[in-house]
Amino acid sequence: MSVAEQLENSGQPEKAVERKSKVIGKDITVHYGEKQALFDVNLAIPEHQVTALIGPSGCGKSTFLRCINRMNDVIDGCRVGGELTVDGVDIYRSNIDVVELRARVGMVFQKPNPFPKSIYDNIAYGPRIHGQASGRGEMDEVVETSLRRAGLWDEAKDRLEEPGTSLSGGQQQRLCIARAIAVNPDVILMDEPCSALDPIATARIEELIDELRERFTIVIVTHSMQQAARVSQRTAFFHLGVLVDEGETDQIFTNPKDERTQDYITGRFG
Amino acid sequence: MQISYLVIALLLLTGVSYFWGRRRAVSLAKGEHLVVLHSLPSFHGAYVALWCGLPALLLVALWMILEPQIVEAVVINQLPADRAILAISDPNVFKLLLTDIRNLASGNIVSQTIDPALQAAANSYMRYEAISQQALFLVALSMAIVMGSFARTRLSQRFRARNRVEKIARWAMMTASLIAILTTVGIVLSLIFETIRFFDKVPFDEFLFGLKWSPQMAMREDQVGSSGAFGAIPLFAGTFLITLIAMVVAVPIGLFSAIYMSEYAGPTMRSVVKPALEILAGVPTVVYGFFAALTVAPFFRGAGESLGLDVSSESALAAGVVMGIMIIPFISSLSDDVMNAVPQSLRDGSYALGATQSETIKQVILPAALPGIVGAVLLAVSRAIGETMIVVMAAGLAANLTANPLEAVTTVTVQIATLLVGDQEFDSAKTLAAFALGLVLFVITLCLNMVALRVVRKYREKYD
Ligand SMILES: Nc1ncnc2c1ncn2[C@@H]1O[C@H](COP(=O)(O)OP(=O)(O)O)[C@@H](O)[C@H]1O
Ligand SMILES: [Mg+2]
Repeated sequence: MSVAEQLENSGQPEKAVERKSKVIGKDITVHYGEKQALFDVNLAIPEHQVTALIGPSGCGKSTFLRCINRMNDVIDGCRVGGELTVDGVDIYRSNIDVVELRARVGMVFQKPNPFPKSIYDNIAYGPRIHGQASGRGEMDEVVETSLRRAGLWDEAKDRLEEPGTSLSGGQQQRLCIARAIAVNPDVILMDEPCSALDPIATARIEELIDELRERFTIVIVTHSMQQAARVSQRTAFFHLGVLVDEGETDQIFTNPKDERTQDYITGRFG
Repeated sequence: MQISYLVIALLLLTGVSYFWGRRRAVSLAKGEHLVVLHSLPSFHGAYVALWCGLPALLLVALWMILEPQIVEAVVINQLPADRAILAISDPNVFKLLLTDIRNLASGNIVSQTIDPALQAAANSYMRYEAISQQALFLVALSMAIVMGSFARTRLSQRFRARNRVEKIARWAMMTASLIAILTTVGIVLSLIFETIRFFDKVPFDEFLFGLKWSPQMAMREDQVGSSGAFGAIPLFAGTFLITLIAMVVAVPIGLFSAIYMSEYAGPTMRSVVKPALEILAGVPTVVYGFFAALTVAPFFRGAGESLGLDVSSESALAAGVVMGIMIIPFISSLSDDVMNAVPQSLRDGSYALGATQSETIKQVILPAALPGIVGAVLLAVSRAIGETMIVVMAAGLAANLTANPLEAVTTVTVQIATLLVGDQEFDSAKTLAAFALGLVLFVITLCLNMVALRVVRKYREKYD
């Protein structure tokens, strides 16, 4: 099934309702040491939608994603320029509390990375350090709702004390999603969350992403165009550190403005 | 002496035969490209060289082990009948006679006036030695040449020299590791046998549970005050006390510097601090020892005096603290390694949830690295227990049973050292006690090491 057909069949992409932009990047540039990885990227991410970042590997998708929760700070020699606002606040201003920002902008990584702790403690980790739950009862509640929202409750409810690493790969990834949800963020960033998973686990995560959109704003990096077509409402195409094309997902896939986008989605490079 | 010439000659032959085999392999290719050979010429060369050198060298080794015994037996047998019978029936007489014969043969002064029978024996001893050596030269060299030539005739285009050499290499490695293992087994066995002899003289429970250690045995029947008491408890208590002090010093400092190195220090800082700490591990323990005895102990004594405390000039404290400093690099280096082995993805996961660096260290990195850190500490403990030099110089010899770190104590290793220093009879309870102590020490450190290695390995499995 081609990407375009899939879009026809799914029939669900909403028409352009004007939505508030949750995250706005203006002229974002990123350097790793001497090497420039992003060139003047301007991208607005609307609230309660799934925005997919696609493009050939090495084009800067992950780099842009990490700008949004300032995970680039952790990397030595990485400099970010331009202005990036979350809810209208410039997060690169000096008086921003990075720790607080990351509580509001959660992240799920390419490889599931549960802590070597029990399933329960994996979820409770965030709420505990942010003091979001007082007492065991409240924490139990947070753990349960997070696991339910991540669609993992039924599988995990009888083994909350087992280590998170004892779950299967797909379950681990949902555990990581639950862990991110537990601190009640506004935005969830996902960096190729399914690339280490089998097709069935991938399908579950995709379903989950679609459900989560109701509560959270989601930005997902994916190398699979089918996945972008299936889960996202908006798509941004990066190439060599430049944001080439950006718009409604169905429009990008059926009627791309830029030739490079066309070449990429028809599989001519990448 | 002469044997070394033989060995050099054999090695030269081996080297020559390598090129000999190699040339032959090249000529086997008959001017075609070398791919027609199954193996590269160098493998053919190595094959011939191994056949030439190995059997002959093995023969030399065997000969050197067996030859003296055979010659000795023959010489003793040629002695006049009365002496020979004496010699065969009593091993001590046998040894004495042999020593005399050998001394005569090499022209040393002999204790007794020279006995014509002995003189004759010495002469024949020398003759046999010479004959045997000539025979060895002849046999070994011809063996090398014959074996090498034979191996060379086997070479052909399709000859699998590479696989053969591989096989021999495997045997060589196995022999090497076997030697290491057998040596260890030998050491342990001799410890065990000597310990059994010790327990013939001193009861088992007195040694293990006795509270008094005073290994002076009476030299003469009428000597007073040296009855000998072999209760090892004070020694183990002293060892334990000093090890404890060392750990109190080394664990926090080592762990914190490991955390600093792996989590906080930048790459440049790390490249300075880590080697600097490892230099600490390279300081010879004797140097730590006199540092403890000449600098640290007087300092503690002075400090104690000004506080009104009575600190012994050879206190457990001084030895323990210096030993702790010596052990810091073990703990810091190993802990640093295990913390670095914690995957970056776990750190990222924690930061992405809004954790600060110290929260991440406390709640993710340390728990993940804990088994490895415990392993590092256990290894350090076993090192501290076995350490000798520092305590010999700084901890003193008095076997006090005390928990007061300001008093002098002694340790197992110190007692072993003092028991064996100087001229000793080899079968007195005093010297045999050293073997018993050594065995117990060995068992303790072996258990610690085993537990530590198991803990470390278990941890490794988790992330591979
Ligand atoms: N930690 C880093 N240090 C140096 N260069 C990096 C680092 N991470 C990414 N880059 C470089 O930045 C560019 C964009 O990388 P990335 O954002 O990971 O690409 P993508 O996720 O689209 O595959 C690549 O050329 C990559 O080599
Ligand atoms: Mg990437």
